[in-house]
Amino acid sequence: MIGARLLGQRRRSAAPKLDLSHNIILYLEGISVSFDGFKALNDLNLYIEAGELRCIIGPNGAGKTTMMDVITGKTRPDTGSAWFGQTVDLLSMSEPEIAIAGIGRKFQKPTVFPNHTAFENLELAMAGDKSVWKVLFAKLNSAQIDKIDSVLKTIGLTEKRDTLAGGLSHGQKQWLEIGMLLMQSPELLLVDEPVAGMTPQETERTAELLVSLSGEHSVVVVEHDMEFVRSIARTVTVLHQGSVLAEGTMDQVQNDPKVIEVYLGD
Amino acid sequence: MIRRLLLSDRGSQLFFGALLLLAIFVPLLNLGTAETSALHVPGYTVTLIGKYMTYALMAIAVDLIWGYCGILSLGHTAFFALGGYAMGMYLMRQIGTRGVYADPILPDFMVFLNWKELPWFWHGMDHFGVAMLMVVLAPGLLAYLFGWFAFRSRVTGVYLSIITQALTYALLLAFFRNEMGFGGNNGLTDFKELLGFDLQSQKTRIGLFLVTALILAISYALCRFIIASRLGRVIEAVRDAESRTRFIGYKVENVKLWLWTFSAILSGIAGALYVPQVGIINPGEFAPINSIEVVVWVAVGGRGTLYGAALGAFIVNYAKTYFTAALPEVWLYALGALFVGVTLFLPQGIVGLLSKLGSKRKAS
Amino acid sequence: MLLLGIVAPLHAEDAATAAPTAETAQTAPAAAQGFAAWVAALPEASYSEKADLVQQIAASGDPAAAPLLRALLENRLFSSTDGHVLISKTEGEPQALADAVSGEASNLSADDVKKVGTNNSLRKTLKAAIAQLSLSDKDAAVRLAAVREMMRSVDDESTAALRAHRETETDARVRSAIDIGLALADLASSDADTRLAAVKHLSGDISADAYNALLPLTSKNDDGSDVEPDARVRSAAQMAVRNIEGKRQIYGGIETLFFGLSLGSVLVLAAIGLAITFGVMGVINMAHGELIMLGAYTAYVMQQLMPQHIALATMLSIPAAFCVSGLMGVAIERGIVRFLYGRPLETLLATFGLSLILQQLVRSIFSPLNRSVATPEFMSGSLTINDALSLTYNRLYIVIFMFIVFAALLTLLKRTSLGLKVRAVSQNRAMARAMGVRTEWVDAATFGLGSGIAGVAGVALSQLTNVGPNLGQAYIIDSFMVVVFGGVGSLWGTLISGMSLGVVNKLLEPYAGAVMAKILVLVFLIMFIQKRPRGLFPQKGRAAEG
Repeated sequence: MIGARLLGQRRRSAAPKLDLSHNIILYLEGISVSFDGFKALNDLNLYIEAGELRCIIGPNGAGKTTMMDVITGKTRPDTGSAWFGQTVDLLSMSEPEIAIAGIGRKFQKPTVFPNHTAFENLELAMAGDKSVWKVLFAKLNSAQIDKIDSVLKTIGLTEKRDTLAGGLSHGQKQWLEIGMLLMQSPELLLVDEPVAGMTPQETERTAELLVSLSGEHSVVVVEHDMEFVRSIARTVTVLHQGSVLAEGTMDQVQNDPKVIEVYLGD
Repeated sequence: MIRRLLLSDRGSQLFFGALLLLAIFVPLLNLGTAETSALHVPGYTVTLIGKYMTYALMAIAVDLIWGYCGILSLGHTAFFALGGYAMGMYLMRQIGTRGVYADPILPDFMVFLNWKELPWFWHGMDHFGVAMLMVVLAPGLLAYLFGWFAFRSRVTGVYLSIITQALTYALLLAFFRNEMGFGGNNGLTDFKELLGFDLQSQKTRIGLFLVTALILAISYALCRFIIASRLGRVIEAVRDAESRTRFIGYKVENVKLWLWTFSAILSGIAGALYVPQVGIINPGEFAPINSIEVVVWVAVGGRGTLYGAALGAFIVNYAKTYFTAALPEVWLYALGALFVGVTLFLPQGIVGLLSKLGSKRKAS
Repeated sequence: MLLLGIVAPLHAEDAATAAPTAETAQTAPAAAQGFAAWVAALPEASYSEKADLVQQIAASGDPAAAPLLRALLENRLFSSTDGHVLISKTEGEPQALADAVSGEASNLSADDVKKVGTNNSLRKTLKAAIAQLSLSDKDAAVRLAAVREMMRSVDDESTAALRAHRETETDARVRSAIDIGLALADLASSDADTRLAAVKHLSGDISADAYNALLPLTSKNDDGSDVEPDARVRSAAQMAVRNIEGKRQIYGGIETLFFGLSLGSVLVLAAIGLAITFGVMGVINMAHGELIMLGAYTAYVMQQLMPQHIALATMLSIPAAFCVSGLMGVAIERGIVRFLYGRPLETLLATFGLSLILQQLVRSIFSPLNRSVATPEFMSGSLTINDALSLTYNRLYIVIFMFIVFAALLTLLKRTSLGLKVRAVSQNRAMARAMGVRTEWVDAATFGLGSGIAGVAGVALSQLTNVGPNLGQAYIIDSFMVVVFGGVGSLWGTLISGMSLGVVNKLLEPYAGAVMAKILVLVFLIMFIQKRPRGLFPQKGRAAEG
């Protein structure tokens, strides 16, 4: 027990502070990942500015999800470097360390904790000290309860506060996961296909939410729904065969002959 | 506050109620009634229930990691046996000159093996405090080391189950060796006294019974406390969606390691309580099948509920006592069928079945 | 000797037809001559007289001499009160007594006879005499054994006999054995050159006799002087000893390797079925060990059914065991496993329960005691390569058998349509179903296949160990470790991991002891899985990441 406490506290002070002095929050340089000979990412270079809302599009197998896996520590690249701000080397960190450092992720397939209520899901995601010993004795204060309730309101799940997440609809799970992201209050949000399975109204609300988040946070959205991308995007990056094919505004990208070839020739 | 925590659910109320009744009436009916009386609880029943209580503690420890955290250990009795051996070593040292060879220092089996000196790890085990420290440390350290490697390399699911089984199997083989210095095949036995109390006396037995009941209650309360805390919710989150838990910033391996070590220590304590009541500890306790039996107690009672695990331990072991005495041939069939039946038809165990029946009755 | 005078004539009449020299016995008891008389004199002679008689009997050239001397050596020679000398079939209580001279069966019982005693020095004489007798045997193997026997105690007499025999010996192996024997004798020669030549001759020989004879030459006496006075001989002996030690080490290494490979083959056989059910289907079958056990019991039952044809029964039990265990496997899959797909821990528990039931079932039917399965003729004995190295046939056949099973399985999975379907279902169940593969059927067939292989492994195991209800339990943990170590889903991985674990286990045994070696291997595996959870040959790709 004593050992566990030591372990829990070991690395917390070691994580460097996020340094945004060059106004770039994420550097991906020369990243390559291959699975069994198949190159999922091939010398990928990508830079995200602080406060930016970036959309990433690309055909299936372009490497979008793999890129997210690399950023969040799930997959280690064969080559390349990934920096969060000026000082945080993502490749030397584990998933929870990256999450604590300030990168939040919403998965393509919504994954919430099915045997916890919506409230508890948000409570678990809440930013704070997540070492074993602290969590064992953690108590919610009224400010934290208010915060959770306000997020519940934002994601429209106030009514479902005490419902087990496993019993929520697909769209509600999507929202709950976005809510969990909000509770983490990360500097950088990675959002994988946020509007899949949502009604047009819900999609619209999601767009509003993501736009409102950018500025204060940096947001990277991977999406297939072009209408949705058009409605929120300022800069769009097109991935193809594991590297960046084109980058620019939606109009620039759509008129890029390389992009047209990839999408039409597919 | 504590009352709210411990008695907030129906099962825990029943558990503490039953434990209290046992702690009051078993000693009373054993010591306070004549042996001819119809109400008399014979001495062996006291020991039997005491043994079941150590099993219940073991079941709770396994439920904590399996039912709540999804780690299926097929080697948990290794920790039980280590705690038991630590207690056994203390009891061996208490025998002193009353052994067959009457050596004041060396236990009988060492004299028999022609050993001249006490092995280093036997030193200090004649002090109760040291021995109790070892009851906690031996299983705790082994679990910590094992878990530190296993969880950090993210060995999960059946892989973990299989290597836990290999662990207890390796220990089984090791403890069978005379050279290990733990009495080899025969283990440790012929205990005389514990803290100066004669182990054969009925009063000592009642005392052990009450201590076991108390420790079971305290352990249950500790587990309840963990489960009801936010850590408890994290633990269940690890069980349901491990990688999601990582992505919101929890170091899953630390959570697992902490819980695993705690569970191993509980098992060790259960083993230490078991040995003086049963009067022997031998390498057979390391046998992989014992660990799997514990899992069945939990499954039968209902995993994910602490009282269910305790209930399962009592029910299955009562059945075992009954069958092995009355129909020894049938016991393994019954145990096997229990495994198959529970996993196929009663995934939530007896507790799950009862609550389902209860909610149906409410609905109708 | 007094008694002999009265007894001998009676006996001579009995033996008259068997031994033509018998009539000489009638002339004078004290100077009784001829085979039958010498034999008749044996029981009452003193030990030193017996030694003389033995020499004479051996020299008589009578065909009955060798069996008689052997019987005397093995304490099977008895004398009856009426002066007959009889040979018993067995040691201890005399049984099936037969006359030593005529060979006729006798109806005397144990109470009527008395053992003819021997002492140490007589036994030595007997051994030498028997060896000399055997030198003239028709069978080269018998002659070879005789030469080896004579080499144990080299004296002038035996060297003379060996030297004489070498001239007429036709078999090359016997001749070289005689050369070694003579060289051993020469070591004791007073002539340094003779000794040197002998040492040189022996340096190529790896037998214990040569080694034991050479070793003293390299050592010193208690007073510090060298045992061997001549420096040339000494250094030659040192070279020879080193040479022999080196060779023995190599052969010892080969033998350990062979033991390792045969243990490895057992592990692979036990694990390969699991590699299919666990590796390909992802099903944890804790009753796998009991399927092996069922296979072993099938071999036992087949032998009980055909007690006259052990070899045939054993061969037939291979397909029979495949069917028994395979059908049981299909039943397990249909009855239990299919309801638990995607819930590996539950599968583990349910199949463990099943293993308990199967064990108890076997206990109820066949009793809890171990049953021994006979080894067919062609599998007993061993292949002797030289003095330091002999490979037992049953282990040799297990290794070969394992490779056959492995090759058959590999072919089945890679070359047949069933194999194709199995691989398709294991890689992408939904897609396979969409393509029209009857996945349910494939599941059952795959499980049956893995289980059937387990049964075949059981037949092989029945040739190595006792067959009992706990047979399977002993192998289940090992099997899982082999599969996990090799990398789940890789048959080649299972082969390599099983073989290497077997060899490592046997390499450790001389240093650590059998139990400790097993513990060390287990601990190594536990550490290894921490380091590489996916084993030696992991399946790669995104599919494996989940």
